[in-house]
Amino acid sequence: MITLLIIATVTVVSAGVALLLRNLIHSALLLIGNWVGVAAFYLWAGAEFVAFAQVLVYVGAVSMIVLFAVLLTSRSPADMALAPHTRSRVLAAVVTSGAVLGVLLGAVISTPLPGTNITVPSVTVRDLGNQLGGPHAGAVLVVGVILTVALIGAVVIASTGRDDGKPDAP
Amino acid sequence: MSSSPTLERLPLVVRDWLVGWLPESLRWLAGSLLAIVAVIVAFASLFALLTLVERKLLARVQNRPGPNRTGLPFLPFTKNRLFGLGQPLADGIKMLTKEDIVPRTADRVLHFLAPIALLAFAILTLAVIPYGRHLVPLELEAGVLYFFAAGAATELGVFMAGWASRNKYSLLAAMRALAQLISYELPLLLSIVPVVMLAGTLSPGGIVERQGGWSFGLLPQWHVFTPWGVTGFAIFFVTALAESNRSPFDLPEAESELIAGHLTEYSGFKYALFFMAEYFGMCALCGMGVTLFLGGWQAPLPFLAVVPSYVWFVAKLLTLLLAFMWVRATLPRMRIDQLMRLAWKFLVPLALVNLGVAAFWALTADWTGAVRATRWLIAAVLIAGPFVLLGRKLTTGLAPRTYRYAA
Repeated sequence: MITLLIIATVTVVSAGVALLLRNLIHSALLLIGNWVGVAAFYLWAGAEFVAFAQVLVYVGAVSMIVLFAVLLTSRSPADMALAPHTRSRVLAAVVTSGAVLGVLLGAVISTPLPGTNITVPSVTVRDLGNQLGGPHAGAVLVVGVILTVALIGAVVIASTGRDDGKPDAP
Repeated sequence: MSSSPTLERLPLVVRDWLVGWLPESLRWLAGSLLAIVAVIVAFASLFALLTLVERKLLARVQNRPGPNRTGLPFLPFTKNRLFGLGQPLADGIKMLTKEDIVPRTADRVLHFLAPIALLAFAILTLAVIPYGRHLVPLELEAGVLYFFAAGAATELGVFMAGWASRNKYSLLAAMRALAQLISYELPLLLSIVPVVMLAGTLSPGGIVERQGGWSFGLLPQWHVFTPWGVTGFAIFFVTALAESNRSPFDLPEAESELIAGHLTEYSGFKYALFFMAEYFGMCALCGMGVTLFLGGWQAPLPFLAVVPSYVWFVAKLLTLLLAFMWVRATLPRMRIDQLMRLAWKFLVPLALVNLGVAAFWALTADWTGAVRATRWLIAAVLIAGPFVLLGRKLTTGLAPRTYRYAA
């Protein structure tokens, strides 16, 4: 129980501080700390594979992209907007975050909690692989296609800047 | 035939004897701590040795003697310098006593945390490598995944160092490190997928067990002796060089253009920590390469199995490390665009083709007799064809280079 409390504190506090900080790099690094906390929670819950996958994907890869984006778009802290520009933006922000919060809370509340005497299921990596490659193969493929489309879309949007037809000199 | 069980279990016997002094309740804790201390001490001394070996080797390649003046401290009054064997010790004392300088505008917290984070992640990767038949510090079912998860996080250390230094060279190095490591992560992972696929397990120990035995009583069944294995190993080797920031991929610290990049604003022991992390990461990647492709602790020939397994592991590890140094001594540094081309246009497609060949290999596992040769032939052609085509396509228009001189 104490372990869970420590993990939860680290996760929540790092997320909260990341929101409050004005230094974008610090926020990004704290966000990575938050992801590590989530991975630690998976590890605590016995989901070894998911924990390592979380670290590999989020701490290893997504963090790089976040840091890259921050570095390439960074401006001086002075011209960062501290107050929202218009009232409609505030409204839009409140509505969007409220909707997300509602969906998440609804999912959390509607999930039935098992009783006190539960048997911990032992899922090996092999079971996970068989499940993903067998019954859920379709879902995995669909997710892959969606991510590929998103990636290609991002490349198309980003590559409109310079098109002089000449390739780079080798 | 295998080595004598006493010799094989010697490290475990020593551990049990040491732990046996403690009360029953503390034994598992002491055992784990002992394993951690043993791994760190072994690799720290290997690090000290490697710095000397690397300097010596580079010097020999460049036709100079290398460091040879520092003898060992317990031989002070003799003429024998022992090939400069005391150099690592002298270096260590120098690093410890040097002034630690932090730039005034640097981000002090991150500047301090960067070397620690880098070293911590590098040490974490050492935990799952099977060093011998009974010598696995941490046995995990998803050990290979753990290894690459911990290894992927080392990039953050380089980035933190580069950004926190508040120096334009360091920041450029941080950007380069991010771009390079994220590019080479993909072929690295793709190159090990065939191994996991064919071995059917993610545990490093299990993968080594699968490589045991000898075909025709002579040839070891290591993964590197299969068509997909040798391709995977080649890709793994190249990407491991890039992941550990070694020449010819040492763009983040390029001392001639970025004055050592993210290391520019570091001095004293923090600087030494960076080097320690680099060597630890290199050792870990080499150890994983040995485990995945070179048969781990398995002996190369049946009658050589009398030698304990950990000796074979160390021998293979040192061979790979020396190969890393040899590459550093031979090849010049790449440009960043060449680096990206190599990763995205050559290594990633080749790794994907290799994955397909491994699938073919797995499906034809029951081919025996004369058909076995056909299996080899088909797999080899499936690999060699795309390799030649990709290489041709990428080099057209680049060679021969024309030189123009003043008349």
